[in-house]
Amino acid sequence: MSPLSRREFITAGVAAGAGLVIGFYLPHGSNGTNGEVFSPNAYLKITPDDKVIVVVPRSEMGQGVRTSLPMILAEELEADWKKIEIEQAGASTLFGDQTTGGSASVRTTWDPMRKAGAAAREMLISAAALQWGVARASCKAENGAVLHSGSNRRASYGELANKAATLPVPTDVILKTAKDYKIIGKPIPRLDTPAKVNGSAEYGIDFRVPDMKYAVLARCPVIGGKVANFDDKDTKKISGVNYVGKIGDSSIAVVADSVWSAMEGRRLLQVSWDEGPNKDLNTAAVIDSLHQGASKKGVPLYSTGDVTKASGRRIEAAYELPFMAHAPMEPGNATAHYQGSKCEVWAPTQVPQDVRDSVATAVGLDPDNVKVHVLLIGGGFGRRLEHDYGVEAAQVSKAINGPVKVIWTREDDMRNSTYRPASYHKLSAVLDGQGWPVAFSHHVVAPSISAQKGQPGEGGVDPDLKDEAALIYSFPNALLEYVATETPVPLGWMRSVYALQVGFASECFIDELATAAGKDPLAYRLHLLSKDEDIKYFDATWHTARMRGVLQLAADKAGWSKPLPASHYHGIACFGCFSTYCAQVVELSMEQNQPRVHRVVSAIDCGQVVNPNILEQQIQGGVIYGLTNALRAKITIEKGRIVQGNFDDYAPIRMNEIPKVEAYFVESTEPPTGAGEPPIPPLAPAICNAIYAATKKRIRALPILS
Amino acid sequence: MADFTLRVNGSERKVSVAPETPLLWVLRDTLQMTGTKFGCGAGLCGACTVHVEGTATRSCSTPVSQVAGKNITTIEGLSPNSQHPLQLAWIAEEVPQCGYCQSGQIMAAASLLAKTPNPTEEQITSFMAVNICRCGTYERIRRAIQRAASNGGAR
Repeated sequence: MSPLSRREFITAGVAAGAGLVIGFYLPHGSNGTNGEVFSPNAYLKITPDDKVIVVVPRSEMGQGVRTSLPMILAEELEADWKKIEIEQAGASTLFGDQTTGGSASVRTTWDPMRKAGAAAREMLISAAALQWGVARASCKAENGAVLHSGSNRRASYGELANKAATLPVPTDVILKTAKDYKIIGKPIPRLDTPAKVNGSAEYGIDFRVPDMKYAVLARCPVIGGKVANFDDKDTKKISGVNYVGKIGDSSIAVVADSVWSAMEGRRLLQVSWDEGPNKDLNTAAVIDSLHQGASKKGVPLYSTGDVTKASGRRIEAAYELPFMAHAPMEPGNATAHYQGSKCEVWAPTQVPQDVRDSVATAVGLDPDNVKVHVLLIGGGFGRRLEHDYGVEAAQVSKAINGPVKVIWTREDDMRNSTYRPASYHKLSAVLDGQGWPVAFSHHVVAPSISAQKGQPGEGGVDPDLKDEAALIYSFPNALLEYVATETPVPLGWMRSVYALQVGFASECFIDELATAAGKDPLAYRLHLLSKDEDIKYFDATWHTARMRGVLQLAADKAGWSKPLPASHYHGIACFGCFSTYCAQVVELSMEQNQPRVHRVVSAIDCGQVVNPNILEQQIQGGVIYGLTNALRAKITIEKGRIVQGNFDDYAPIRMNEIPKVEAYFVESTEPPTGAGEPPIPPLAPAICNAIYAATKKRIRALPILS
Repeated sequence: MADFTLRVNGSERKVSVAPETPLLWVLRDTLQMTGTKFGCGAGLCGACTVHVEGTATRSCSTPVSQVAGKNITTIEGLSPNSQHPLQLAWIAEEVPQCGYCQSGQIMAAASLLAKTPNPTEEQITSFMAVNICRCGTYERIRRAIQRAASNGGAR
């Protein structure tokens, strides 16, 4: 049982917007209606014509929140799933932090969504009992209706909505247990699929308002550079171009009646750039700074025992990873309409509240006067955690005094993005006579995303490392430390964030230790997990037993100990991030000295599974995204400029390169965690470990095909 | 600017645009048919795939002047009620994640099945490798094409 606090509903009550509703939520108040709609809290509306509308306070970017979150609420509501509709929440004050990221959407809405559904269910049961004049205990909610056992009477939720709205919101409700779930845990088809197969789904880039113009921006190609001056004589000759002007210090907007006219106008724009302090920056300098960081003492992230006291056989290795770009299929865009005292923004964004606040600052308004609508996202992967698109659109709208959509081209996206930080990792271990590690050290060197954005973590610990770097093995002595370097290269959170880098280095190194010990890589890991132990890492507690569970599951399903086809080799890795455990077994062969990945068996423990179909999508997708990261993703810098520009020189995996991906999950009734990111970190090390099995050569840098 | 008559999804549409304007932007901005997507602008990703006289064509790299008078089919016109065997198969296999590339994937697949009604796995893979999906839905796309083929998708 999980009591509802009154505060949750008082807070939520403002949701429905109308004055009546606010009155309803005063402490003595007791009604949840605005006259027509039963809206007991911010997450739910039930109309008299029996529509059940669930408000989704996270952004849909392919990960299925417009289906999985309503499932959570519908379960407790005892709703008829066929009647569920969804409404996308924009930037609001009613839902807490609406950031969609950190594989946290299910994890953070699990309680509020269930409580919202349960409270409404109880109110609807009470409404029926009152209406029929029967004992409340003789009524039950089922499949979108309340039933009375004695008289076989039945009333739909819609029929009860008005009555329910007059009743007090319960302050505590009993939540269902997993054995009674009818919706949660089922592979229910996604609600957004039909619109995504006939062109009717409206993404950010598709949205339009009347009289809207289109803008593209010329941005300084050199990181940190500025506009010196520009000549728009030829630009203005393009039919349809109606505005050219500076936006901030480093870009120029070309505004036109169509995207193509704006692009053509930009092509003809003559700009002199003040290239600034980074005009000679190149990748080698960034790598140098990482190597220099490796000799500095880091801040400890995790420490147990004393690694300096261990004696035995010492093994060392260093690993290196490049900058990477998110490259979502839908290029950056946002639509804005600045109207003097207020501004409205329509954006495919993962951070509506941050966009609201940044837009407010950029155009000089109070955040209360900025309204941000969240549109369907054509791929996020962390890129839409930035506020830039929305801010630019608002600035251009202010400049032209009318509605405008800013669109980025693919080259804009590749060259003016934020990037997964490059990193360098020094690992060392001391093995005892049997080859087991008595000490394990991992020195992580990488620039800090949050520090670059002005929010350095306490004690110099990048806050993301708290979710993404846990060392989930029983080591008698271990030290995980972090050195933050600085770089002018813009940094961003990219799917699995630092877990990709930390997991790659750590899991390749564990494999090297197994080899040094002359032991099987699976058996070696299982031994290091054999003791049931709770490992505290910042606010999280990790369990060796759960990691052991996914490792064994992946190995069993892959047939780890069974013979493989000729010239096929296995590699294995496991990693935990965002409170989820994942292990993968890769099967590959070498063709012309290059790996050909045939099969990836992925096992995950993310607690209670909400929708196994969506979970499988996330695992399949994570593996394919991770495969691009592992094999080819690399952003380089020359003369202060990002070299890569499109899908030819930054080439994602295509259908002819995919392995068969098998997704398995641990049956669990632990509270759900996330699955968007955890399938990514084990993949690259599992591939490199398989390459070692095939070639006896260690790969210690990504991408593999460089 | 020049005037062109396009035959889009069976209807005649008159547009007045610069002759070099890519078909993609005529569809999206001028005709306000946004099912066809902008992905790369360089014919590399296939998000903008439409049919010109039944052949899969990259609308981002096709000037409107080249397709005047020709039959153009977009995702909106693939079937009158979203019942094309490929669309049904895409739903049955739960293919889309973000969904942004799927218009182009479906149009490419429709062109494949029109010419090769019962493609082998290799034929599907080789034909569809020109389309990128960053969500990694490839395995389900392949399954959906196989399902549609077995349901007479070559119509």
